[in-house]
Amino acid sequence: MEDTAKKFLEAFQEALEVEGKVIKFEDKFREYEEWNSLARLSLIAMLDEHFGVQIQTADFDKLQTVGELFQAVQTKV
Amino acid sequence: MAHLQFENIGIAGLSACVPANTVENLKYTQYFPQEAVQDIVEKTGIRQRRFAPPGMCASDLCFSAATKLLDEMQINREDIDLLIFISQTPDYRMPATSVNLQQRLGLPKTTAAFDINLGCSAFVYGLSVAYSFMQQPNIRKVLVLDGETRSKVYHPKDRQVAFLFGDAGVAALIEKDDKYGSSFFSLNSDGSRESLIKIDAGGYRNPSSIETVTEKVVDEHGNIRTDENGYMNGPDVFNFVIQEIPQDIKRLYEFSQKAPEEIDYFVFHQANRYMNAYLTKKLKLDITKTPTCLEFFGNTSSVSIPLTIVTQLKNSFESKKQLLLSGFGVGMSWASAIITLDNCNICDLIEI
Repeated sequence: MEDTAKKFLEAFQEALEVEGKVIKFEDKFREYEEWNSLARLSLIAMLDEHFGVQIQTADFDKLQTVGELFQAVQTKV
Repeated sequence: MAHLQFENIGIAGLSACVPANTVENLKYTQYFPQEAVQDIVEKTGIRQRRFAPPGMCASDLCFSAATKLLDEMQINREDIDLLIFISQTPDYRMPATSVNLQQRLGLPKTTAAFDINLGCSAFVYGLSVAYSFMQQPNIRKVLVLDGETRSKVYHPKDRQVAFLFGDAGVAALIEKDDKYGSSFFSLNSDGSRESLIKIDAGGYRNPSSIETVTEKVVDEHGNIRTDENGYMNGPDVFNFVIQEIPQDIKRLYEFSQKAPEEIDYFVFHQANRYMNAYLTKKLKLDITKTPTCLEFFGNTSSVSIPLTIVTQLKNSFESKKQLLLSGFGVGMSWASAIITLDNCNICDLIEI
């Protein structure tokens, strides 16, 4: 796997404090038990800290899978 | 660019007042499950807030703070040439609350008085206006009153905002003295983001009606409010803060020719612990230099910066200190300043 993709998945897992499972690009992240409005804040901080990007709510709400989020980050980096 | 510089003007005294009525967030569980409330408290760091009871206004909190400040510092009320009242929760839509406070505080009719309607950026904005007036030879002292009763703005059934906001009022006395040296301000605004924090109705664009005061479910999470309650798009406010505030502070360093190492305290608007901690981290600041009072008072909008100084830094100004202040929020509006405090008279916190 590409370095950026690996780095993204690790940072994503850490931000959402997802434990005991492997995060995959096809996962619908809103279906994670750990997903809520507070996890959203952690994700915003992670995207800024590791990738220097901000995704506004109007765009973010269209994203369903971890892979779509990664794509959105890639286009902004 | 709205970069302002002033010489030999400063805050001589500061006083704060909060309602005695204390809300414990962990017990504020009538509308949401205990577990959800616990998660919110953990992330936001807000354990307690002060709620003004019905009939108590921001102006009452400011009145108490100002009375104590003027009495303790033995200030002749005749020397106050300007009174500014900062709030988005005034007594009435008209007249301006500042004018009423001129009379209540026993200030002379020769005192100029007006209100400033801004939110979390407003203390810094208000200071810049006070400092500007102080450049006039005939303006001897300025009283800046800043009060909010945000508890009355937000609906307790809207989880986005129900656990964040509290009430408080402050009074700051501005004077001229060579000891203050230079101070620097940076003022900003972005109306394209007006819908991030807003009360939709009750003004003249969408006047009050039966409909605007009717509770309704506003999102897929089942949050409930009326069109006359405030709402907030928390994620985009966070995006805004981490994008704009570090840039503004960097520009202020350049403008003032100051380095971060020269700043003794960084006093930020107290939004929530998670956001403030991230901002501190992003700016690479020492957390011992970023005082906070979120745990005890929550987000008190524009009052949070001076309230933090009064409650956390009371005995810190026996020697000269450089402070960087930064307020950001509704508008969106944001402002940062580097000011000097030297022997600032800080009164004990008042509870009414």
